[in-house]
Amino acid sequence: MHVIIDYGMGNLASVQRAFEKLDVETKISNKIEDLKNAKSLILPGVGAFRDAIKSLEEYELIDAIKDEVAKGKNIIGICLGMQLLYQRGFEYGDYEGLGLIKGNIEYMDIKLKIPHMGWNNLKFKKDDPILRYIKEDEFVYFVHSYYAVSDNSELVAYAEYEKNVPAIVRSENVYGIQFHPEKSGETGLNILKAYKEIIEK
Amino acid sequence: MLAKRIIPCLDVRNGRVVKGKNFKDIQDVDDPARLGKFYSESGADELVFYDITASNEERKTSLEFVKKVAQEINIPFSVGGGVSSLDDFKYILRSGADKVSINSSAVKNPKLIKEASERFGNQCVVLSIDAKKNDLGSWSVYVKGGREKTDLDAIEWAKKGVELGAGEIVVNSIDEDGMKNGYDIELLKKITDAVRVPVIASGGAGTYEHFLEAAKYANVDGILAASVFHFGEIKIVDLKKYLKNNGIEIRTIERTIAKDKSENYKK
Repeated sequence: MHVIIDYGMGNLASVQRAFEKLDVETKISNKIEDLKNAKSLILPGVGAFRDAIKSLEEYELIDAIKDEVAKGKNIIGICLGMQLLYQRGFEYGDYEGLGLIKGNIEYMDIKLKIPHMGWNNLKFKKDDPILRYIKEDEFVYFVHSYYAVSDNSELVAYAEYEKNVPAIVRSENVYGIQFHPEKSGETGLNILKAYKEIIEK
Repeated sequence: MLAKRIIPCLDVRNGRVVKGKNFKDIQDVDDPARLGKFYSESGADELVFYDITASNEERKTSLEFVKKVAQEINIPFSVGGGVSSLDDFKYILRSGADKVSINSSAVKNPKLIKEASERFGNQCVVLSIDAKKNDLGSWSVYVKGGREKTDLDAIEWAKKGVELGAGEIVVNSIDEDGMKNGYDIELLKKITDAVRVPVIASGGAGTYEHFLEAAKYANVDGILAASVFHFGEIKIVDLKKYLKNNGIEIRTIERTIAKDKSENYKK
């Protein structure tokens, strides 16, 4: 059983449905017990970093997530969920994230339109099993105004939108996806299909 | 690079798609989820459902279709029509839509844009503007499905909407709607110059060239059309090939999956 962490941020059903299509059994929960028993964790999210981290605090999930990841359990953060994996977020202030990946979440200070919304093609930075079923330059669906800034050691794939926007990141057992794989058609499903093989190993 | 989005628009009444009697490729053309899935597999980048259900009481049941659509498709979609409160936003988003579009109610109560964007994020608040050229050479905003003229200037209203928190603007040209003479490039250009959020062109599509003009000269982010898709005059796959060959950044589905699956509907 893989647990989709429910902390009140966004529509989790579409993420669950995407995994369902791939025959990955998931449970939507915010119970620490479930997180402990989970085979892996899925952290989705839509909204602001500040609200999300506060919400995780209120549900007392921060230490629980960190503990499970420290034990080597896989976690994948999607969209805002990926941003929460980093050390700090600067949306509406300065907030501490989960700190599972080194780096910060900053506003995309660019000339192009914000939010970065729509289908953007992926460029590969390094080889990773999560890319197994997709090719470079396939399009995925993004909606965000903040992005990850780091030394890029965790960068697997990015999108070019004036800046290089981290799209898929990985630090050992911690994966993050900035776009919405569950809204990215076949390409999105193929990414999750590869992820399924990673977590079911 | 970000691709220009091709967006079919579906009118829904009491949970069923209206318009579009001419589908050769699918059996139940009246089912929004089924039609949505067909478009999604044909390469549409996003879908817009416009709920034209008459009364508010009926709308609650009518919106059941949103849940079904969310189950069937894996591309983003927005729902509009008669949205007038934060509860409407909540209900539609909870049912699985990615965005909610508002029109008349935003003109009546601009605060709704602000409150909705603060609560749900500006990415899901789409301001839809019905505009018609006036005698002064500018564009007036119309409400109530284009029946009622307001004092608002379309370009100023777009700016104001973005200030209030709208994350996307859909510009429907009343003059061009249904005429198949092409999009109102002049109006679209003025609006894309005025705001820094994505702008979607609507109203006037008749040929491939019209889509190309909008993408090339009006700097829009998405292009919406209804009847040319519904009546099969333009196939999304072919349109996308055409746009790509003409240098427009477009998401193409290289695999044959979409085609193979659409075969199932033919029979």
